[in-house]
Amino acid sequence: MSNIQQINRRDFVKLFGLTSTGIILGCNISSDRKKFIPTSEKDTFSPNLFVQIEKNGDVTLIASRSEMGQGIKTSLASAIADELEADWKYVKVKQAIGHEKYGNQNTDGSRSVRTRLEPMRKMGAIAKMMLISAAAKKWNVAENTCKAENHFIINTNTNDKIFFGDLVDDAAKLPVPDEKLILLKKVEDFKFIGKNLKSVDLEDFTHGTATYGIDVRIPNMKFAAIARCPVTFGTVKSFDKSDAEKVKGVERIFELERLVPPTGQFFGALGGVAVIANNTWSAFEGKQNLNIEWNYGNNHSFDTEQFQKKLTERVHKKGKLVPGSRGNVSSTFNKSKNTIEATYHVPFLVHAPMEVPNATAWFQENKIEVWAPLQDPQTARAEIAHFFNTDVHNVTVNVTFLGGGFGRKSKSDFVVEAVALSKKINAPVQVVWTREDDIQHSFYHATSVQYLKGSLDTKGNVSAWLQRVAVPSIVSSFKSMSDYASGLELNQGFTNNPYDIQNFRLESVKAEAHLRIGWLRSVVNIHSGFGNNSFVDELAFAAKKDPVQFHLDLLGKEKVIKGRSDYPFESKRLKNVLKNTAKIANWGKELPKGHGIGVAVHYSFYSYVATAVEVSVKNGKVKVENVWTTIDCGLALNKDNIKNQLEGAAIFGMSIALYGKVSVKEGAVEQHNFFDYQMTRMKDAPNIYVDIVEAMNEPSTGVGEPGVPVMAPAICNAIFNATGKRVRSLPLLDHDLV
Amino acid sequence: MSKSLSINGKSYTVNVQDDMPLLWVIRDIVGLTGTKFGCGVSQCGACSVLIDGNLTKSCSMPVSYGIGKEIFTIEGTSENLEFLRKAWNDGNVPQCGYCQSGQLIAATSLLDKNENPTDEDIDAAMSDNICRCGTYSRIRKAIHKAVELKNKSI
Repeated sequence: MSNIQQINRRDFVKLFGLTSTGIILGCNISSDRKKFIPTSEKDTFSPNLFVQIEKNGDVTLIASRSEMGQGIKTSLASAIADELEADWKYVKVKQAIGHEKYGNQNTDGSRSVRTRLEPMRKMGAIAKMMLISAAAKKWNVAENTCKAENHFIINTNTNDKIFFGDLVDDAAKLPVPDEKLILLKKVEDFKFIGKNLKSVDLEDFTHGTATYGIDVRIPNMKFAAIARCPVTFGTVKSFDKSDAEKVKGVERIFELERLVPPTGQFFGALGGVAVIANNTWSAFEGKQNLNIEWNYGNNHSFDTEQFQKKLTERVHKKGKLVPGSRGNVSSTFNKSKNTIEATYHVPFLVHAPMEVPNATAWFQENKIEVWAPLQDPQTARAEIAHFFNTDVHNVTVNVTFLGGGFGRKSKSDFVVEAVALSKKINAPVQVVWTREDDIQHSFYHATSVQYLKGSLDTKGNVSAWLQRVAVPSIVSSFKSMSDYASGLELNQGFTNNPYDIQNFRLESVKAEAHLRIGWLRSVVNIHSGFGNNSFVDELAFAAKKDPVQFHLDLLGKEKVIKGRSDYPFESKRLKNVLKNTAKIANWGKELPKGHGIGVAVHYSFYSYVATAVEVSVKNGKVKVENVWTTIDCGLALNKDNIKNQLEGAAIFGMSIALYGKVSVKEGAVEQHNFFDYQMTRMKDAPNIYVDIVEAMNEPSTGVGEPGVPVMAPAICNAIFNATGKRVRSLPLLDHDLV
Repeated sequence: MSKSLSINGKSYTVNVQDDMPLLWVIRDIVGLTGTKFGCGVSQCGACSVLIDGNLTKSCSMPVSYGIGKEIFTIEGTSENLEFLRKAWNDGNVPQCGYCQSGQLIAATSLLDKNENPTDEDIDAAMSDNICRCGTYSRIRKAIHKAVELKNKSI
């Protein structure tokens, strides 16, 4: 049985609210494989990708991944359109609800294109074959005398042509061709793939008509704000609501219990005191006027300054050996005349997407519906079913546009809150976090402390490398006592260190979690990218070698590391991006006085990135002047979108390097809003040059995240180049450098 | 407490307290959701609107301030805004799009006052608007492009 089929029309209407005309194709892909696999149910076909071609010519793709600025809707549609030979103006994209029908919908890990490109292309190709068959029948000619072009099927003998829309009724009656007969287009024939396509959502974005979660409006809905304990997992002791009740528009105030997730899954909700009002502002004002006494609980004594000291002490002692270590580091150190050591620190960080966490929910008898900006709607759906004791089929999760996600909106805590509130007040309600709520009650990107020690042989080559890493684990949010980084986390740049060093030892160091730990754009790669690239720069300086050449030497001979994934690591591709970046940055050129240049390379989400940064330092203040980035992400689906993503990643990485720091005193986050959790702004924005490696025959790999980890080390290396001052602890703001 | 507001040339009667910020009146009471909430304290520019032609952070301005004045939001249209929209399209500027209402309003205000802004003018005019996706270099190019489109059209 083919994995692409026409699907039951009644189901289609029910599931998508679309009309059931024309060709409707469904295709099944397993959650995260790029290849087609047979469905588990022998006779039932369960498609999880859908495309419809209607009589008016419209080609509608159901986007099963969330759009959060990464351009996924456009990218996936372009793959279908290319194989179909569609006219781009007929291509529409509809956002899918959260439903198991779509397979894995979790939009993170920079994997949407990686996993869906080939199935999308095949769907387009099959639809084209069916349209050609229908036209050939009509003309009574052989199929191979017909071709598709720009939304028409053309009879190549007579030059007659028929519009796609006029063929769909006939085509829909035909059997779906066998997948083995599909001939995908050659790279040189691509019309959309690998070209520069604009976002399909531009008109909405420039007219304020895109509906984000916070824009959802349901008749008779209420608005809510929640006061949460400043200390993680603290609870309400007592509260006085008399002042809050005086705020006009406030309707109800009540305590909301913390919802504790079961071990191993879900996110739960923090609880607190909820204020229900007839508009957002009154809810915020009501919350502001609550007088609450808290039971602060176990995390009250948490202090990030003390914690950093504790982790620093720990990384200076022996840690837990991580498998994959090789050679003998200590004996090499003992023999070496040239060893250096350094300790690096990254603080806690928070996502701060421009659209704060928010969700709208309507709890009705036997039916729960939510509307929210979610990266992972299926987890939200399962979590709602769990906490509100119902079957997932009674829960509908509508995915809105996301005003940025960066990992924050993978967590469904804010949706669970909305459902709990709706259940309590028996009305639709939208819960909106203030910016202060967002910064003070997040799932934080963990802090880290790393200790590195390296030795150089007489030729100035690295002979041994010891790295100890202390980073609170994401697993702690799902399982208590998870005090060491997991294997998956360490595999983001630590265990899969690409350097050709004979004696290599990695140790994991205990780091407890006192905040909710989550993931932020590029995750643990932020730590490994900073530690590895900073230390290589220090080693290069100690060896009196040029950093670019030193990196190339360290990457050693050409090698391919297969690992368990479908994407082997190829050292030549990492070297290639580095060489290209050095070339476009004109590495080695004479720089203006007070300027410096630094470089960093990093492999993450199966993509290869090298970035050079030029800074100027004037009156002790750093300005990032120029950024040159090269990415090899395999087949580059939408080049302009990839450039936009890499430009954005450079700015995001700059925010981390220059300003990013969440600090905690007496258990409470000290930052509040954008005035003390600062962001890169227009006046700081450098010139950014992005080059994409031509690798059209390689599989597509991640784009959204891999541009981030290189930024902080490249900036710090550039500062060292300009001033001789080595920054080992982020952000620059703490060093009075910005 | 009934008040009349003029938004994009249309009149709305709202019944709210005097100190409710204009942002929430526009979004929750009038129902125009193109103007966004980002910080609530005049730090990010997502809520930017023009009041009698002046760039204003609507999250930090009480509704009473807008009475008797002309309020202009992203749902409105003006010559400069249309050129900017075209340039935003040409440059494929937005990523998530959330801040772009505020960016476009701030850029409209800039072009209303300065026919041909330099990079320094853009830095000064646009640095109140945060884009977490980091589309600054595209915004800068698009503002220059809008000027070019406008000059060509004359």
